Amino acid sequence: MSRARPFRLAVELSGAGVHPAAWRLPHADAGQVFTAPYWVRLAQHAERAGATLVVIDDTSAPVREQPGALVGGLDAIGVASLLGPVTSRAGLAPVVPVTYLEPFHVGKAVQTVDHVSLGRGAVQVGIAAVAGADGADDEARRYDERTPRDVEAAWREADDVVEVVTRLWDSWEDDAIVLDEEADRYIDRDRVHAIEFTGEFFSVHGASITPRSPQGRPVVVLRGDDPHALAVAARRADVVRVALDDATPTRVDAVRAAVADAGRDPGAVTVLVDVDVLLGAVDSEAGARLRALDDLTRRRPTANELVGGVLGVADGLADLVARTGADGVTVRSLAHVTDLPLLADGVAPLLRERGLLVEPTPQPGRQHGTLRDALGLARPASRYATTR
Amino acid sequence: MPKKQIHLAAHFPGVNHHTVWTDPTHRPETQSSFASFQHLAATAERGLFDFVFLAEGLRLREHRGQLVDQDVVGRPDTYAVLAALAGVTTHVGLAGTINATFNDPYELARQFATLDHLSAGRAAWNVVTSSDAFHGANFRRGGYLAYADRYERAREVVEAARALWDAWAPDALRADAATGEFVRPGSLSTVRTGGRLVDIEAVPSLPRPPQGHPVIIQAGDSDGGRELAAQVADAVFSRHTELGDGQAFYADVKGRLARYGRRPEDLLILPGSSFVLGDTAAEAEERLREIQHQQIRPSVARAFVEQVWNQDLSAYDVDGPLPEVDPVTDAPSVTQGKAGFFRDPLAVAKQWRELSEAKGLSIRELVIQVVGRHSFVGTPEHVAAEIDRYVQEDASDGFILVPHLTPHGLDEFVDRVVPLLQERGSFRTSYEGTTLRGHLGLPPADAFGRTRAADDVASEDLVAVS
Repeated sequence: MSRARPFRLAVELSGAGVHPAAWRLPHADAGQVFTAPYWVRLAQHAERAGATLVVIDDTSAPVREQPGALVGGLDAIGVASLLGPVTSRAGLAPVVPVTYLEPFHVGKAVQTVDHVSLGRGAVQVGIAAVAGADGADDEARRYDERTPRDVEAAWREADDVVEVVTRLWDSWEDDAIVLDEEADRYIDRDRVHAIEFTGEFFSVHGASITPRSPQGRPVVVLRGDDPHALAVAARRADVVRVALDDATPTRVDAVRAAVADAGRDPGAVTVLVDVDVLLGAVDSEAGARLRALDDLTRRRPTANELVGGVLGVADGLADLVARTGADGVTVRSLAHVTDLPLLADGVAPLLRERGLLVEPTPQPGRQHGTLRDALGLARPASRYATTR
Repeated sequence: MPKKQIHLAAHFPGVNHHTVWTDPTHRPETQSSFASFQHLAATAERGLFDFVFLAEGLRLREHRGQLVDQDVVGRPDTYAVLAALAGVTTHVGLAGTINATFNDPYELARQFATLDHLSAGRAAWNVVTSSDAFHGANFRRGGYLAYADRYERAREVVEAARALWDAWAPDALRADAATGEFVRPGSLSTVRTGGRLVDIEAVPSLPRPPQGHPVIIQAGDSDGGRELAAQVADAVFSRHTELGDGQAFYADVKGRLARYGRRPEDLLILPGSSFVLGDTAAEAEERLREIQHQQIRPSVARAFVEQVWNQDLSAYDVDGPLPEVDPVTDAPSVTQGKAGFFRDPLAVAKQWRELSEAKGLSIRELVIQVVGRHSFVGTPEHVAAEIDRYVQEDASDGFILVPHLTPHGLDEFVDRVVPLLQERGSFRTSYEGTTLRGHLGLPPADAFGRTRAADDVASEDLVAVS
């Protein structure tokens, strides 16, 4: 076994958990899954577990009734905004499938997540279902578009979206609001910039309507699983998420190589490995819980699944990091109702004891650190900043 | 007979001359910091207001080809701020302007459904439209919409949103662990709008919102805007703040309701209004003068006159008389991105000249008179009496108050005027329901042609109905 290294924890929140039957567990409160208290509770568990990042899953996939399954979901930007003022440490990353959305709106909404969380805003950029995939035509119809994009076009477009939103985030320099009563100027208009983007799919004049946010640029999260996504991630992501399977044991190395090939410092990109987790106090309890869930709904487990007691899962997470060379893990819990409290009160304390959990810490002179602080990323200057 | 009840809302101070940024308490972060929004919302909730209201930005305003820099500039995303407020408030309604032209109908419906669920029934949407290429330059389709189609687009967008909000049957959400029925089989329907301007097909991702339909506000003042309000809106954000003018507007819009099978009380008229308080009438007048001079600073006065005259007037002294030249009417407006309240510049210029000559007013003093007016000025007793009179005499159903200071401008109204309105028996002394529809006394939204029996429909109740 490789030597254990300290790592960061991210938690992805999705409905009642990854297991399709999770909503049927006692106390899962699935009838409350569309309410604020439900999401606040989940996020607070994740924060207690020392999470650096909370990903709020969303999907643009068509909504269909499926026997036994939880159906539907809230808009993730709304949930991330809700969580901003009622959490204090974790970064907040709504998943946003950008394919049919307005980049201008996405840009200012994510800036606003950063404002309302005092610098913990992020976004996980995704795409809609691509041509030929299940549901792609339905999705396009929802947006008054007749034809879905093919995968190359969808990622070319997502690449443009990230370019546009980061330009919008920079469009106000930090000191653009001058409140100069003498000169009768609220802003210095030379410090607010049109972004003038024209691309294959859209053009955006800019500037953002929103002043620069606490982090300057909110954190950009992308998945790096397929080559098209990885190409965008390598150029643009602050955090890259990957799933692992037996065929791709070296995917983390591949992400770092792609980042280096794109001319960036691989050390400046946080690579997180997905891991599906089902917890019990001890192994046998976790096993029984999984059997009960599988009895309700049969499913195909993902390749990287940890089912066990708090001790076994703590070991498993540390081993996963040591084995893959990742900077951390994204825990996708199978059943939030039981897993998140055990993650917070069982697994995290064990990892802390061993000095393995890298947690967001308050910054000197400030009540809260930003997500960039937690990831060891500098606050970028605006690309438009003029020297004066 | 019980007195007609007043409805009050608080407008977050906006990106215009009304918001005084030269006040010593105003900091660079004041207009975008969440603490400001939270303070205003908490103050409104302390004052038992019906809702807080946020405007929207689609592009920074420009004047003579440059960004406007004399007024407050910049604001966060309306929807995201309202969602954040949902977690730190419990009763006050959360209303926001979001444009129906440059937003996708499915996304709009989903955002307001999300907001209504997260706030347990407190969401309101002020539906506005635009058609201009200036704003369109920030969006995929550009300035695609014909001017004449803007209200038709708004109507189709609202109808699409309502169809999407209704697409899950009221009793669809079961979450029955024992049977595995998360939703009742067959309770989700596909919405096909098939409109000329909005032609989409979707099954929404959310159960019917707690209010059935979030409250719809409409602000257009033209004949088309009033007709749209009568047809689809629950409230009108009106600009008619004077008693006689307000009564005429009130009668006109309420008079249009019958043709859509609606009752006068199904639509509230809420003018946007400002206030200045003082311990005495003289003190209030003195504060008014001071505030007006902070609002209409020399550059602000010049920008207003340039907007009407539609040309560069930087050579004119704002402490001197109006220009002798006439407005330019055959060129694009020098001011972009700002609601044009000067539809006929020649007539406005004539009127302004007459006024300034009759009273011997400089440019700045004239602009103070014509655009720097405040609705209610006086002692708290006077302001409370006036507000009550306007409502009792059917000039409005209440007011959307626009403070001139961010974020503390509402504090003294809540401290000093609200108790007097309560003493008059015209304003609630506690929240009775939990939804915005409940606060506004609006009928429950219909779904599937049925009218809900309960006034306050919480999501838990929806589960129980079958």
